[in-house]
Amino acid sequence: MSNTKVIVGLGSCGLAAGAGKVYDELFRIREADKLDFELKKTSCIGMCFKEPLVEIIDESGSYMYGEVDIKKADEIVEKHIVNLSPVKEYIVQSDTFESPFKNYFEGQVKIALRNCGFIDPESIEDYEARNGYKAIKKIAEEKISVQDVIKTVLDSGLRGRGGGGFPTGLKWKFANNSTSKIKYIICNADEGDPGAFMDRSILEGDPHSVLEGMIIGAYAIGATEGVIYCRAEYPLAVKRLNIALKQAREKGYLGKDILGIEGFDLDIYVKEGAGAFVCGEETALIASVEGERGMPRKRPPFPAVSGLWKQPTNINNVETYANVPWIIIKGAQAFAKYGTEKSKGTKVFALTGKIKYGGLVEVPMGVSIRDIVYKLGGGITGDKKFKAVQLGGPSGGCIPEYLSDTLVDYDSVTATGAIMGSGGMVVMDETTCMVDIARFFLDFTCKESCGKCTFCRLGTKRMLEILTRITNGEGKEGDIEKLEELAVKIKDGSLCGLGQTAPNPVLTTIKYFRDEYEAHIRDKKCPALNCKKLLTYEVISENCTGCMVCKKNCPSNAIEGEKKQVHFIKQELCIKCGECFTRCKFNAIKVF
Amino acid sequence: MRIERIEKQPEVKELITEQKIDLKLLDPLIKRLSHKKGNLIPLLQGTQDIFGYIPPDALKYISDELGLKMTDMYGVVTFYAQFKLKPVGKYIIRVCHGTACHVQNADKISDDLKTFLEVKDGDTTVDGIFTLESVACLGCCSLAPVMMIGDDTFGKLTGKKAVDVVKEIRRKENLSADENLTKNTISTINLTKVLKAGKKAGN
Ligand SMILES: Cc1cc2nc3c(=O)[nH]c(=O)nc-3n(C[C@H](O)[C@H](O)[C@H](O)COP(=O)(O)O)c2cc1C
Ligand code: FES
Repeated sequence: MSNTKVIVGLGSCGLAAGAGKVYDELFRIREADKLDFELKKTSCIGMCFKEPLVEIIDESGSYMYGEVDIKKADEIVEKHIVNLSPVKEYIVQSDTFESPFKNYFEGQVKIALRNCGFIDPESIEDYEARNGYKAIKKIAEEKISVQDVIKTVLDSGLRGRGGGGFPTGLKWKFANNSTSKIKYIICNADEGDPGAFMDRSILEGDPHSVLEGMIIGAYAIGATEGVIYCRAEYPLAVKRLNIALKQAREKGYLGKDILGIEGFDLDIYVKEGAGAFVCGEETALIASVEGERGMPRKRPPFPAVSGLWKQPTNINNVETYANVPWIIIKGAQAFAKYGTEKSKGTKVFALTGKIKYGGLVEVPMGVSIRDIVYKLGGGITGDKKFKAVQLGGPSGGCIPEYLSDTLVDYDSVTATGAIMGSGGMVVMDETTCMVDIARFFLDFTCKESCGKCTFCRLGTKRMLEILTRITNGEGKEGDIEKLEELAVKIKDGSLCGLGQTAPNPVLTTIKYFRDEYEAHIRDKKCPALNCKKLLTYEVISENCTGCMVCKKNCPSNAIEGEKKQVHFIKQELCIKCGECFTRCKFNAIKVF
Repeated sequence: MRIERIEKQPEVKELITEQKIDLKLLDPLIKRLSHKKGNLIPLLQGTQDIFGYIPPDALKYISDELGLKMTDMYGVVTFYAQFKLKPVGKYIIRVCHGTACHVQNADKISDDLKTFLEVKDGDTTVDGIFTLESVACLGCCSLAPVMMIGDDTFGKLTGKKAVDVVKEIRRKENLSADENLTKNTISTINLTKVLKAGKKAGN
């Protein structure tokens, strides 16, 4: 057997881009031509904009091929494996020569994502080969006490990656302090922020790291049972988690007297969510695990005192747990070395929207938004003007371009009115309308509000109505003030984080893009040319050749004109679909 | 809150009574989960796996078997977006309207599909092949705009691409429906042949 390895990325994003077919094709050629290479599977390495990705590792080095389809796969095998000459034009990353996407990888420090894209997530041996389960073994062998484990996590400065940013060590300490025979450890894998996929990638790419983090957490707080609450929209993650759980049980990482630690019994199971954003909130999540409607409960008592089935419970996010084994092996200081004074370590971001290189990046806390967008992300698609980034999803806000030197750490981001959130970073350019974005998020929170608190249930609806009116060109003087007034009341009158943060997208857009609101309300214009009802389409007579294409394609017969004559749009019939604009080859339609 | 679903209730009932459902299919599920704490959501998920939706009769059956309150069950069913009280099409088209897809014009995908399939959001086509839904984030945001049909995800869509995918599925479905028809005719022909042959042999 030769030492050549061919590794295909089969995460959800890879599969969506066609990686499954590429894998089958590589398998077929290998069998048909009796070629000598090892074909392996892995998950997302984060370079989602170049999926499907195929990596070839041979004696000369490693070569990552991007945007591979069946045809390219044939060519790459022919040239690289048979004739030993790598196909440079398809390579996106290599350790033997400089690739055009060098910056994408160089700006990153991978702790939570240390194994994603490097191991077969369905193989426990692959995980073990990269220091997997070493941390829990270290605890067992060196007889590290519960107190010392908690201290290490505290000293590392690790804060919850699910959005709240609460110090993880402290949370563990509280749960440890509660006395009870039965305690629970829960992993929050609900990932509700629409526009974020960090947790999915970790679960699909390295499920054992999350399990090991939970096992260590269970040891630290004295839990006997674990639950992973995973979104139903992530079938692949659920599947890989269940495989990982089975393997961990077989190898004795779960079960009774784990690794010889007397009295340390633990089993973990997966609970699938049923589609409700609010279930990401910890008390709602607990209600949902108990089989009820996912309504948040009053805190205190905090879950650390009385959580699942009224027993002490510790809840952490997927990424939080994935960091833990690394911290135990490398020590608190190795982690605390990265980041800023109050935000230590690294953070994974899902970089999406109008960005050239969208994907998953892990950066040390404290880099600037500008660096993430331009250095890693390569800038804005089509070199349009950068307008804002949205951080924190429906609980967060939009940070404008002129504040893009803001550092990403909990406190700096909060100071802008947004929140760090779980790591969704949606980049927006000049064609994104900020009023529409606010409307979009309110539409989301209004639908997802569980209905328990009046202000959250009805207040969000009223805000949504006002925002919808504004984007339809029916805004009135005083609307902005009314939005601001409602925002304060919703924040004050809501029990859980959903309502308390729901107005943030509106407040930040009013704060930084008030002129856009005013243009909609006063001038009935959408500066980003996004809100359909506020657009006007007109023919530019100097450019019109009278080719009749627009006339033929207009669905509402709003265009008049004879062949080779300048055409004319009847405004009263125009439904502003934009068909004429996209069809015209002569730049003869203007929109404003 | 998603209140619309409750308003649509009467329509649901009409549909349901037309269909006969074999409630016995639920027995293994009930047996497996009856002793577990917090079993309601897995029970409902299992029911939906069996029937494709949650028939009200099934709620009644589970309630009778396990002593769970109908009100609690109905409360849970209407709380979670996953549960459906109406039968759905063979393929569920889930168009993503998460943030990343929204800024990449996911509205156009939904609009074009609505026009092509002649349905509203959440509805099923007359031929029962497709149900069109919008969801918030499928976790493939870097390929936005995205849709999912069954377990397959399609990324970097345009309205036209989305319609093409759906067209292709419909074409295959119609083809296999035709094939089934022909198969049936062939088998009847064979049957007649056999019968004839039998008669001959009997003679
Ligand atoms: C409306 C709402 C939704 C939330 N969704 C999530 C989520 O999807 N994933 C998550 O890890 N935390 C979510 N959280 C935060 C959790 O309540 C909780 O703080 C977190 O799971 C704690 O883990 P951590 O300390 O490791 O961050 C949400 C909070 C609120 C208020
Ligand atoms: S926003 Fe559409 S997949 Fe995430």
